[in-house]
Amino acid sequence: MIERVRGIKFHKKQDVAIVGAGITLFRRRLNETGKELSYYAVKQALEEAGLELSDIEMVVLGSAPDAFDGVHMKGEYLLDGSGASNRPYMRVFVGGGTGVFAPIAGYWHVASGLADVCLVVAEEKMSSSHPHPQSAFKYIWDPILDRPLNPNLIWIFALEMRRYMHVHNIKHEDIALVSVKNKANALDHPSAQLAAKITVEDVLNSEPMSLPVRRLDVSPPSDGASALIMVAPHIARQLTDEPVWVDGVGWALDTTWWTNRDLYFPRYVAEAAKMAYKMAHITDPRKEIDVAEPYDPFDYKELHHMEGLGLARKGEAPILTREGVTARDGDLPVCPSGGLLGVGNPIAATMGVKVAELYWQLAYRAGKRQVAKEVTTGVTQAWGDLMQVGTVIVLSNKR
Amino acid sequence: MARVAVVGVGYSGFNASSPDLSWKEITYEAAVRAYEDAGINPRRDVDAVVTCAEDFWEGFAIFDEFVPDQLGGVLKPTFTVTADFLFGVANGVMLIKSGLAEIAVVEAHSKASDILTFGNVVRFAYDPIWLRPVGNGHPFYLAALEKSYYSNLRGYCDYTFAEVVAKNKKNGRLNPDAPYSADITADDVLSSEPSFYPLRKLEIAERADGAIVFVLARGDIAKELNPEPVWIDGVGWWSETSNYDTMSFTALYARKSAEMAYEMAGIDNPARQIDLAEVDDRFAYKEVQHIEALKLAKAGEVDDLLESGYFDRSGEIPVNVSGGSLSVGNLLEATGAQKALEVVLQLRGEAGRRQVDAEVGVAQVWRYLPTATGAVTVFSR
Repeated sequence: MIERVRGIKFHKKQDVAIVGAGITLFRRRLNETGKELSYYAVKQALEEAGLELSDIEMVVLGSAPDAFDGVHMKGEYLLDGSGASNRPYMRVFVGGGTGVFAPIAGYWHVASGLADVCLVVAEEKMSSSHPHPQSAFKYIWDPILDRPLNPNLIWIFALEMRRYMHVHNIKHEDIALVSVKNKANALDHPSAQLAAKITVEDVLNSEPMSLPVRRLDVSPPSDGASALIMVAPHIARQLTDEPVWVDGVGWALDTTWWTNRDLYFPRYVAEAAKMAYKMAHITDPRKEIDVAEPYDPFDYKELHHMEGLGLARKGEAPILTREGVTARDGDLPVCPSGGLLGVGNPIAATMGVKVAELYWQLAYRAGKRQVAKEVTTGVTQAWGDLMQVGTVIVLSNKR
Repeated sequence: MARVAVVGVGYSGFNASSPDLSWKEITYEAAVRAYEDAGINPRRDVDAVVTCAEDFWEGFAIFDEFVPDQLGGVLKPTFTVTADFLFGVANGVMLIKSGLAEIAVVEAHSKASDILTFGNVVRFAYDPIWLRPVGNGHPFYLAALEKSYYSNLRGYCDYTFAEVVAKNKKNGRLNPDAPYSADITADDVLSSEPSFYPLRKLEIAERADGAIVFVLARGDIAKELNPEPVWIDGVGWWSETSNYDTMSFTALYARKSAEMAYEMAGIDNPARQIDLAEVDDRFAYKEVQHIEALKLAKAGEVDDLLESGYFDRSGEIPVNVSGGSLSVGNLLEATGAQKALEVVLQLRGEAGRRQVDAEVGVAQVWRYLPTATGAVTVFSR
């Protein structure tokens, strides 16, 4: 019988660096198959890293529901396009949080010493689901208690958004600022699907979906793929002078019973961040984090997640946004990529605007999107399942 | 480098159907037994929970949502691997070796009896452009084609595969959890209905329900919990291709994943060093393929060895002493779990009437039709 609570000690075999990333266009409907999209992303990541496919030892795949593609064992189907033929190949899955979770799995493939060079591929093709990918979400509910209510995702997020606004007395105008900021940031992203110069009024006057959620509060469904290359230190040293290191990873899955939780605060994100920060020796995230890419499928979610990540106190994220702190030239740039609201939301493939973007920012390779301030440490996060899972990665360009 | 051990196992089943229990309930039963076996409190002691499931088997679009509660994994690092249990074990081992966890739980279950149109679900795994339009046949005909190719390639006759079925179904008679065990002979198998010729009805594993949970721990903690745990010496997994038309049809995936696991375990002569094997036998010819791929016999020699009793309970290398999937049933993503469970129980000396003497055992699984992906785990005591 174990007598004491055990802390996680993080005695890893070796450190893990990111040396390359790739991302395809994000579009509502692309002609390419999921395999082809994966291929493009992998090719780009290999080129950036200066590696060949034959250098890859293991492959990790992230892709959200099989129901989008209508393919059972979607991982097996995407195998060859992801460069995984004749290799150990692993697909992991935490619903919408997969975009940041796949590289967490990539991290442990390398940190455990089982692989020195691991390719992480994230793919999503939502347009195969006709007429709209929402129909795949009919089958995510408890069949006895939830499904008879015929819920859809927009209305459960409307519940969450309303609860968040109510508890902290937040106005829709303040939340809409996130959409304005991210869609404008996306103007500089070559993959962007919905980049635009819009105003708060545009958001507030857009089509009501399930109030308070309006059309411009929401990210679009998209097709796309992204890829990352994660390597051991001795490989990183051969490839680049400036690798970006994975300092911390964390994830947490809350209970299935979303109806029994207070939705105003994402506790699962806070737990995941606690694990990642502990591993990265971060005690005051607001001071120690220079740039953040939290998950923003809805504008209020960026604020919600900033609070979960400890980048703002509860209820204060809208104030930071209003004051311009989270702008690309602010003190804490948030979603400098343009996020899901601007670049698009191909569920798992958002790895390309979350983890890959953070890598590019910390490697000073983000081009026009590079934030104004000097950066050493950043955090990125995704969220998914039934408002249930938080996945967090802390990256740093200092070892 | 940290060693990893199995400190607790629990299972529920295995039954042809379980109308009295939901998949959550069988998982809960297995989890409680595993935690009790390990002597841990999941809410306090477990650092990570790995569950293994495929959405379409479960009838959900995002099955990962439904895993934490019955395992005690709420607000813990919990996630799903969309593959067999042995892939989950590989992740558990990596989590421990990378320092992310000291104690990790791995779960898989099958509620195959809830699936009304099994063949049609499998057909959804076909490539939508290349394979799905090729006829409306039940997917078992793909296995029949492979069997035909493979037996011609090696020169095995149907009697060999019938012997596999007779051996496994008889082995299962000693296993209280083997609903499809039977006292039959090879001739009975050969005279069963040729449902997918040359594949006969009795060469195909029927489906079953069940859940299995393992508790893995880093070596030092494992010893604290149990002075004689079962060690995981090697894990391996491998994918050939996603295209049915370019698969090797000789279980290359099993060969490569075995090589990976053997290298990690320091096994250079498997036929001598391995005492016990539980291999995927969801089609009888697959057991023969997998015996070759695991290097327990040379290619083309399995028929003579089988006939001489080499792979029997009392033979040199007992294969599928549990009765295999032919006796226990096809447990979908929990198939590898049943194989690993048998190896652990045998190494612990807790296999009851079917106990054999073994120190090193190997469990192997294939990801079923229409894939060429598999995994291998090597255990020792």
